[in-house]
Amino acid sequence: MDKKLITQCGDELYDALINRTTVKPLTDRFEDITIDDAYYISLRMLDRRVEAGAKIIGKKIGLTSKAVQDMLSVYQPDFGYLTDDMVYASGAEMPISTKMIQPRAEGEIAFILKRDLIGPGITNADVIRATECVLPCFEIVDSRVEDWNIKVQDTVADNASCGLFVLGDSAVDPRKVDLVTCGMVVEKNGAVLSTGAGAAALGSPVNCVTWLANTLGEFGISLKAGEVILSGSLVPLESVVPGDHMRVDIGGIGSASVRFV
Amino acid sequence: MTEQQIAEIVELLENAEQENRGIVKITDQHPDLSIHDAQDIQWAIRARKEARGTRIVGMKMAGMNPNVDQAHYGFLADYCSVPQGGEINTKELLHPKVEAEIAFVTSEELAGPGCHIGKVLAATDFIVPTIGISDSRYQDCEIDLASAIADNASASRFVIGGRPLLVDELDLRTIGVVVEKNGSVVEVGAGAAVLGNPAASVAMLVNMLAERDQVLPAGSIVMTGSITSAVAVEPGDAIIAHFQHLGDVSLKVV
Repeated sequence: MDKKLITQCGDELYDALINRTTVKPLTDRFEDITIDDAYYISLRMLDRRVEAGAKIIGKKIGLTSKAVQDMLSVYQPDFGYLTDDMVYASGAEMPISTKMIQPRAEGEIAFILKRDLIGPGITNADVIRATECVLPCFEIVDSRVEDWNIKVQDTVADNASCGLFVLGDSAVDPRKVDLVTCGMVVEKNGAVLSTGAGAAALGSPVNCVTWLANTLGEFGISLKAGEVILSGSLVPLESVVPGDHMRVDIGGIGSASVRFV
Repeated sequence: MTEQQIAEIVELLENAEQENRGIVKITDQHPDLSIHDAQDIQWAIRARKEARGTRIVGMKMAGMNPNVDQAHYGFLADYCSVPQGGEINTKELLHPKVEAEIAFVTSEELAGPGCHIGKVLAATDFIVPTIGISDSRYQDCEIDLASAIADNASASRFVIGGRPLLVDELDLRTIGVVVEKNGSVVEVGAGAAVLGNPAASVAMLVNMLAERDQVLPAGSIVMTGSITSAVAVEPGDAIIAHFQHLGDVSLKVV
């Protein structure tokens, strides 16, 4: 794709985000769109957000579960950028009716970094050393693509389908919890909806952060001290509507809850 | 059903298990088989084994996913125990599936009705991580509840591994489980997948036993039901289940 088309697609997705509208899948309209093209489109979308005053506070990793990878026939994760206007505290009301289009909730583990991670060559040990703490997290993903009808290029271009997220209020040292076997219980409106464990995300949430550090390192981008990194869902995605209440508990880490309005 | 009919089914089902021979499900020939009849059959099979000197070491709960199944119980016979890291032999089984479960070992007798999580926790000696191997004696994989109960809830083998832990400082709901088959993660879950808390499964069992004027003796092993979906296995497979806090359980399939 040429630069002009990339800018045009990025602007189109930015407008959709701001106006809460959807676009036709890029992959239907531009057959030769590559994953690299899609990342440049997402960067254009991000530039527009930053121009409008948003501040980058971290990154998210997506496409980490086997179920989602099988669905999209893509066997690597992707990533998007988190901005300050996306984050909510546990227990807060999240105004999905005015801020989102077709929201879906997923339970994750968030990492807060205390040191920069500059790939390539980053190992899981580096990630644990660089992590201040891990927290329970709900990521409410959203798609600016009509009916979530996405191929991998569509979601990459759309900032990895990032929406809003909720951080829990207990933080744990990553050296004090088994991130592979820690269990996750997601409840919706008081009933158990799904369960999972750390290994659901590429075998370990730490693997996901390591992948991100090394992948971004190749483009000269580092993960920075103070950033929040969402490491990928441990349970299936769940559509949510205003009025729903959700809670996630993670063994050895804590809980987070959110009410959708 | 007549006593004669029940006795015939008991013989048929127990022989099928002992000889590893698949049969058509009971309800194909006896569509009017009631849940009570099915329980009579299971208890008669149990009595037959006990009369031959088999020790009943505990109970299992099955059908703990309310979306697909109805809860029911079976018994665990001493010969069903496989050592940690041991082998299950497909020549002795028809279509085995493995499930990761938390098991309770009781220190006191539990009696219903009115048993609840509090009583269960107070009567728990320790919990252990287990892999349950279920194996229906029916050729047909679509089994109805009555047929499953008559067939001892598809109970087949079990492996106790990991390390025992006291329940007082554990959140049973969030204990995570990761099941690997031949080195790849195939299933994940957490304790709350079983009735919101595996201790609730023990209470349900005790209350079900009370309907037949039975109790759960001290020293019983109770397999509380699968946290994950069942995983089909074949010869050559190696299975390992990693439990948060409780360690690992493994088996080989030959």
